[in-house]
Order: sequence, then structure tokens, then C-alpha cells
Amino acid sequence: MNAMLPQSWVAVGRVTDIPRRGARVVKAPGGDIAVFRTGADEVYALRDRCPHGNGPLSNGIVHDRKVTCPLHGMVFDLTDGHSIGPDACQARTIPVRVVAGVIELGNPLYTETASA
Amino acid sequence: MTKERLVVIGNGMAGIRTVEELLLRAPGRYDITVFGAEPHPNYNRIMLSPVLAGEKSFEQIILNGRDWYEANGITLHTGDRIEGIDRTAKTVTSVGGKTVAYDKLLLAIGSDPVVLPIPGKELPGVIGFRDLSDVEAMVAAAKTGTHAVVIGGGLLGLEAANGLALNGMEVTVLHLMGTIMERQLDEAAGWLLQAELEGRGIKIITKAQTEAILGDGKVQKVRLADGRELDADLVVMAVGIRPNTALGKLAGLEVNRGIVVDDRMVTSDPDILSVGECVEHRGQTYGLVAPLWDMAKVCADHLAGAPESAYTGTVSATRLKVTGVELYSAGTFGDAGTEDIVFRDGARGVYKRIVLRDNRIVGTVLYGDTKDGPWYFQLLKDAEDIAPLRDTLIFGQGAGAQAQDPFAAVAALPDTAEICGCNGVNKGTVVAAIRDKGCCSVEDVRTHTKASASCGGCTGLVEKLLACTLGDGYQAQTGPKPMCKCTHLAHDDVRRLIVIDKLKSIPAVMQALEWTTAEGCASCRPALNYYLMCAWPGEYKDDNQSRFINERVHANIQKDGTYSVVPRMWGGLTNASELRAIADVVERFQIPTVKVTGGQRIDLLGVKKEDLPAVWSDLNKAGMVSGHAYAKGLRTVKTCVGSEWCRFGTQASMSMGVKLEKMTWGTWTPHKFKMAVSGCPRNCAEATIKDFGVVAVDSGWELHVGGNGGLHVRATDLLMKVETEDEVLEVCGAFLQLYREEARYLERTAPWIERVGIDYVRARMEDVEVREALHQRFLYSQKFEQIDPWAERASGAVDNHEFAPLASLVPLAAE
Ligand code: SRM
Ligand SMILES: Cc1cc2nc3c(=O)[nH]c(=O)nc-3n(C[C@H](O)[C@H](O)[C@H](O)COP(=O)(O)OP(=O)(O)OC[C@H]3O[C@@H](n4cnc5c(N)ncnc54)[C@H](O)[C@@H]3O)c2cc1C
Ligand code: SF4
Ligand code: FES
Repeated sequence: MNAMLPQSWVAVGRVTDIPRRGARVVKAPGGDIAVFRTGADEVYALRDRCPHGNGPLSNGIVHDRKVTCPLHGMVFDLTDGHSIGPDACQARTIPVRVVAGVIELGNPLYTETASA
Repeated sequence: MTKERLVVIGNGMAGIRTVEELLLRAPGRYDITVFGAEPHPNYNRIMLSPVLAGEKSFEQIILNGRDWYEANGITLHTGDRIEGIDRTAKTVTSVGGKTVAYDKLLLAIGSDPVVLPIPGKELPGVIGFRDLSDVEAMVAAAKTGTHAVVIGGGLLGLEAANGLALNGMEVTVLHLMGTIMERQLDEAAGWLLQAELEGRGIKIITKAQTEAILGDGKVQKVRLADGRELDADLVVMAVGIRPNTALGKLAGLEVNRGIVVDDRMVTSDPDILSVGECVEHRGQTYGLVAPLWDMAKVCADHLAGAPESAYTGTVSATRLKVTGVELYSAGTFGDAGTEDIVFRDGARGVYKRIVLRDNRIVGTVLYGDTKDGPWYFQLLKDAEDIAPLRDTLIFGQGAGAQAQDPFAAVAALPDTAEICGCNGVNKGTVVAAIRDKGCCSVEDVRTHTKASASCGGCTGLVEKLLACTLGDGYQAQTGPKPMCKCTHLAHDDVRRLIVIDKLKSIPAVMQALEWTTAEGCASCRPALNYYLMCAWPGEYKDDNQSRFINERVHANIQKDGTYSVVPRMWGGLTNASELRAIADVVERFQIPTVKVTGGQRIDLLGVKKEDLPAVWSDLNKAGMVSGHAYAKGLRTVKTCVGSEWCRFGTQASMSMGVKLEKMTWGTWTPHKFKMAVSGCPRNCAEATIKDFGVVAVDSGWELHVGGNGGLHVRATDLLMKVETEDEVLEVCGAFLQLYREEARYLERTAPWIERVGIDYVRARMEDVEVREALHQRFLYSQKFEQIDPWAERASGAVDNHEFAPLASLVPLAAE
């Protein structure tokens, strides 16, 4: 959705700052962002609000490339935010990349404020 | 060949049904002529009540209009009563002067309302409730008059009363017996019905003997034997029906209470048959429609030339047709030698009674919930042996039939039937998921529909739906269920293999036991973490990322993403400095809600996640530690005041409770574990619904286990009695350890004990060596588990990442 916009990247921390199969929160103007680190050290980012009932996804259990929401147990695919199972809904993904061990979020300010 | 001539007298329900049946069997065999005294084509008499109530129009209750007679070549004379039968000439003659010859004659002339032989019975304004003209008279009376008196509190009388009330009249029902509808209802149901009708403004006087109807030129009052007089602009007599036999008598047929017929519905004249309420068959007369349908078939068989058909009688069931009242009655009750099964739900106004004789249903009364009426009635008619259903019979077909044929009941459910109450999933949705989405396991169905995803109570139903829908394609899982979809192994196997194979980490387990997923899932990971911790105390390193958020951050997540904090209050005791510290924390962190919990301590609700370490730090300073209100571990130890204060206390329950809590706090268990200590058998601490409950008695302590509040309440089993506090502590530790080592993850003590049996648990506890060993293992594990998680985190040394954001970004413009 941001394809036409020039992508700017913001460094938010190191991969090792997040526990494996865990997540941490980046506070951002448009709302918190959950940054996940999988067991295989991949990094993904979703908005920290479950589309089901605003559950903080950063507090869920991470397994493979999935997170289970702490409030009612919906499971989301970290790669695209899609929920697995019934009542399909989608958590918002945030562009993220890792450069030399440093996590960078893609233009988070714009994407967040644009939808707030 | 000229056709045989059939003449039918009576254009009512039984007569015309017989003609319909005959047309099915032998169309065109007879030249049919029908005489009806009423000026209408054939209509559904039982629906006169809804017509009176204004819920249906007359047009809506017509069964066969005039075009039907025409189409079938039937000659219909309405409004023309037959007044004579000449059996020698084989003709009938009508009041209107018609004479018609017959080869076969059918008498279906119904019955008349009984008229009480009391003074004033012939006054204008006194009517029965039998045909459309009666309904029209009642509706007209309601337009001009105010007061109606219905004599007779049976089915007809009550339907009349309800209809009249709906037409705006003030209605009083007079009933001779103590209970209304006493032939169909027992006292309890009669009372419920009476209360309901009175709630609708209908006055009901039972044990009322009507003495006279008073009036000058028209009805004005009704007088009772006790002298009471009631205003009446209309009197409806609904005290019973009398078979219409006059015509039969006149013709010289054999007549008793009704026109006597044999099993072929043939009267004493072989060319004259009779059906309906006018007949007497095997000494029995009838007043409901169900028997008429059976009679009509047999009668039609004979007219069509099938001589072996026989009528043997009908048992029937009754429903009251008063909108909003659910009432069903069948068979008999109150007889000697019968047994009852009764169910009542006061709040819903439901009453059900099943009357049994020798394990067969002989009667049933249902009030408020009648959906199973037809099922009970079928069991009654079939004289089915209900012994195998007995336990669940009263709960109806779903519950009862499952015991017998689990699949039939499920297959019979309509698509709209709710399968999963928690997630509101109905049968249609589940079946569609199985058929169209290729779901072939409970797990699949759960994923696609959410059915059984919450409390799991409907898992069995879902399995049956799978079996019904897939037929042989469904491979029921045999043996214990796998832990989750990541493995085919059951909990007990995994636990066993962890010990035998010395598996000491989650990846080791997953590798050795061939997990089908890379990292497990949110359901097996916490279980494995627990099993490993229990098997290898001191060796296994707890994997925080395998814990549910509450156990990971040692507080309970709330719906808005904030947390609640519950400090431990040993045995429910607190003091001024703890309370002061709590008050300070509440003010300092602006905690919105402070609540006393059901577990005898104080809950601080709405704490922001990032404030948690600071809140804990302040509480720690006042000597308080985590209450583990979030843990699959030891929760609370409730106590009563006991002998320390209470005038009845026999032992010091408060200090016993504190000792127990000091020994056990911090332990992790398969599910939460709650305790209580009561100072005497009055049991004010509710110890008998706790996982481990202690009740003081004069001679020592009773130890109870396996209690549960929650969804399925279970009272404890008495484990044993001991004399000293040390014994209480030892049994407690040993019991906890047995539970820790042998129960499945997320299995509370109640279901665990139901599974393994209290005798097994008791045998382990009574074996002194086993008990001591268990207790020692418990104490050993406590060395590693009795660490205040709050203090660790408040220090900032542990899991800091949980509470501090990774980064905080500011708006672009400000950068
Ligand atoms: C706070 C409290 C209600 C209160 O305000 O009183 C409470 C709150 C919750 N209870 Fe409870 N229960 C509380 C006492 C009870 C009691 C009463 C008692 O302990 O004497 C019971 C019945 C006794 C029993 O457990 O057998 C009780 C039976 C349940 C159950 C059903 C357990 C069962 O085995 O059926 C659940 C659901 C579960 O655990 O899966 C539950 C779950 C919950 C959860 C954890 C629901 C959740 O997952 O979020 C609630 C957490 C709220 C929070 O964040 O604080 N709570 N809960 C009580 C805390 C007591 C404490 O001091 O720790
Ligand atoms: C208000 C009301 C509610 C009812 N509710 C229920 C219920 O909920 N459930 C239930 O099972 N039953 C109910 N019943 C009873 C049911 O209607 C009767 O059992 C059924 O109608 C009897 O059928 P039948 O053909 O024997 O008599 P009818 O239907 O009465 O038919 C007899 C017909 O013969 C006619 N007739 C009589 N003599 C002559 C003659 N000499 N010449 C020509 N015609 C003649 C009559 O005018 C009448 O039309 C109710 C009855 C009433 C009145
Ligand atoms: S009963 Fe327990 S689980 Fe239910 S709302 Fe109350 S606190 Fe929550
Ligand atoms: S808020 Fe995430 S599942 Fe309900």
C-alpha cells in the first residue's frame, strides 16, 4: 500500500534485544508496534492491536511464524498478518528489515498516522 | 355397472377424513352424498379456539372447501340435518325434505356439549363451545357484555376463557375439582397453569359447584352452592361432551353411551358404519382427534373392501392451545404402583414429570418445555423399556437418546441446533465445514468453525457429527487423545518418555518424540515446559517464552491490555502496614479499581504493564510477594477465624492456613491449586470445594481433596483424618506432588481424581513410605520454585524486556 511512497527506515534496536520466540513493543505516534523475533531469528512487525478485540499481540506466545493472541487465542501469521482459522481477519503488518543485526521499521510514522 | 351409493351423515372431522381415506383407496367406487347440519364446508374444529382468540380467521381453518367436494364428485348438502333413517328401505331423510338412498351409510355425527341440569340453563346467553356458531355468539357477547363465566376448567373451558379474555371480557372459570384440567394435569402442572392464566387476568375458582344460572329474559348471574353470586353476561358450559346418539337410537341401532361399533367400525346393522366422537368402541368413547384418524383408516379399508383391517383403540396426548402456554400431557398418572421422575426449573417455570410402571412410561406431564412430549409419547405408545435411558430421560431426547444410540440423536438434530454454546456455532455450520472444507478431525473443525474451541464441552458432539457426516471416512481417534495437533502422543506418554529418555529441554522433546511442527504451538509448549520443570527440578531452565502471558509477566492480563496485581495475603490475613502500602501504591500509580477477591485477598486492577515492576517493588518493600493469581500453581489458602477467635472453633485454622501457604506458595502445578482451612465442620472457609481442603474436628483434622467451584462444581472426597499439624503439612505436600507428577497439564484435581479414582489417591497417601517420598520430592522442588517472581523483576535483573519498550518513536514533524 505504500508502494508509491519513498520508503524511509528507522532503526529501533538490535535483534538480540528481543527474546527468541518473543516480541517487544515500539511506541509510535499512531499506536504501538509489536516487533517479533522467531525461533529462527527472523523479525516481523505487526501493529500491537489484535483486530479481534485489540489484544496486545506482543504479549502472545510465538510459535513458528505465528503468534497466538493473549486475549482469546486467535492465531496470526506474522508474515502477512492473516489470522488462521474462522472469522478471518488481518492484523496490520509494518514493513521491517534487519541490517547488520539492527532492526529497522519502514516508514512507520507515515503508515501509522495515515490510518489513525 | 352402477356405482354403490355411500351416504355420510355428519360433515365434520371424522366423516370427511373417512371420505378422504376412501378416495385414496377406492376412487370412484362410490357415489358419495354428504349431509351436514352446519351451514359450512368441512373445517378444523380444534382450531375454533384460535379463531375465538382472534389468531386465525374461519377461512384459515377450512379443511375442504366446496370445490373439493365438486372435484371429487361428492354431493354436499350443508345446513340440512338428517332426521330419520329407514333401514329397510335403506334411505335417509333430511329436515329439508330430501330423501336419499344408500347402499352403505356412515354415521359421523360427533357429540354435543353436556348441559348441566340446573335452573336457568336454557336462558339466552348460555352456550356451549362446539361449533362456529358458538364462537360467533361469544365474539358478539364480548362486544356488548363485560362479564363471562365459563363453567368447566378443562381443555375446552380454558381455551374458551382465554379467547374471551382476549376479546376483552372479564372471565371467571368455575371448576368443580381442586385442580384445573385434572384429567390431563397433576397438581403441580395445574398450579403452574392456573398461575399463568391468573396472570393474564382470568379468575379461576376451583371446587366451585354451580347451583343456578339467574336472569330475567337473559343470563345475568351465576350462583354457586356456597351462595356466592357472580355477574355474567355470557355463560359458556364446557363441562364435557356427550356422544350424539339420537339418530342411532331412532334407527334402532345398538346404542350404549355411544353408537356401538365393532373393530371394523360397523354398527349392529352391517350396512351402517360409524366413526368419530359419536361411537363407542370396546366400551370406550373418545374426545380428541387422534383416535378419529385411526378410525377413519379402518373404516375406509372396510368400505374399500379390505376386511382384515381392525381398530383396536388409541392412546392420545393433549396440548393446550393457549398461545404462550406450553403444556403437554399424555397417558395416566397418580395410579398406584407407578414411579415418578420429576424435573423442575423454578426460574424458567419448567415442570416435567414422567410416570413409569415397570420401567415403561405410562404418563407424562410437561409444562413450560414441551418439545420432548412427542418423544415421550412415542416411548409410551411403544411401551419401550426405558431402563437404559433412565438417567437422562427427563432431560429429553437429545440427552436420553445419546445414551442409547449416540449417532441417531445427533443425526436427528436440525441444522439450527446449537452445537457449541460458547461460540454460537450450529450444526449446519459444522456439517458444512466437514463437507465443504474437508475437515476430518475435531481439530480441523475447531480451526474452521471455533466449535469446541472454548470450554470443549461439545467435543463429543463434534466427533459424532464427524462420524455421521463422513461415515466410514472418519477415523475416530482411539485411545487417549494426542496432546495437540503437533504430536500423536498423549500427555501421559509424553511425560513418561521425558523421564525414561531423559529429555531435558523442549527442543529435545520435540526432536526425540518427532513433533510434527517446528516449535510446537500455544497449547503443547506450556505443557512441555511444565512437565520438564516437574521432572527435572533444579536442572531444567524454565522457558518463559513457553508460558502464557500471565505467567510470563506474573500478573493477569485484562481485556484492555492492562494488568491486575494480587499480592499474597497469607491465609487471608493482613495488617495495617500492608493495607497502607497497598493504599499508597494505588494512589501513586492511579490504579482505577481495588477489589476484594473471592480468594480472600485484594486485587489491584488496571495497572499499566510498564508500571508493574515499580508497583511490585513498592509492595515488596512492605513485605508482600506475588499472590500467583495468574498461575497454574498455588493460588490462595482461604481460612476462617477458627479457634483463635470463633466460639465454635476447634483448631487454629488461621495459623494452619498460613503454615500451609508458607510451605506451598510458588509451586507450579498442572492447573491452579486452591486450598482452604476451616476451624470446625461449619466449614466457613468452604474447604470442601477446594483442591485441598482442611476441616478441623475435635480430634484433629479432616483432609479433603478434589473439590472445584467453577463451571462444574464438585465437592471434595474425604481423603483421610490426621491428628497433628505436621501430618496435615505432610499429606498436603505429598498430595500436591502426586498431582504435580501424575495429572495432565490443565487438568484440575477434580477431573484428575475422577479419572484415577479417590481410592488410588488414598492408597498412595496411606502408604507411609510413598507419602514421605512424595513429600520430600515436593520440598526439594520448592527450593527452586519458591522464589518471588516480583522481587526478581522489580530488581530489573530479570525479563526487563517485557516491561520496557524496544524503542519510542516520535512524530516525523518533530524529528
Ligand atoms: C479475581 C477473581 C475474581 C474476584 O474478583 O474475586 C478471579 C478472576 C479470574 N478468574 Fe477466577 N477469580 C477468582 C476466584 C475464583 C474462585 C473462588 C475461589 O478461588 O475461592 C473460583 C472458584 C473456585 C475454583 O477455582 O474451583 C474461580 C474459578 C475460576 C475458573 C474456573 C475454574 C475451574 O476449574 O472450573 C476460571 C477459568 C479457568 O481457570 O480456566 C477462572 C479464571 C479467572 C480469570 C483468571 C479469567 C482470566 O483468564 O482472565 C480471572 C482473572 C481476573 C484477573 O485478572 O484478576 N476462575 N475463580 C478471584 C481471584 C481470587 C484470588 O484471590 O486469587
Ligand atoms: C373448541 C374445540 C377445541 C378442540 N380442541 C381439540 C384439541 O386441541 N385436540 C383434539 O384432539 N381435539 C380437540 N377438540 C375435539 C375435536 O374437535 C373432536 O374430537 C372432533 O372434532 C370430533 O370429530 P367428529 O367428526 O366426531 O365430530 P364433529 O367434528 O363434531 O363432526 C360432527 C358433525 O356432524 C354434524 N351433525 C351432527 N348431527 C347431524 C345430523 N343429524 N345430520 C347432519 N349433520 C349432523 C355436526 O353438525 C358436526 O358438524 C376440540 C373441540 C372443540 C369444540
Ligand atoms: S466469573 Fe471470573 S472469569 Fe468470569 S467474569 Fe468474573 S472474574 Fe472473569
Ligand atoms: S483480542 Fe485477540 S483474539 Fe480476541
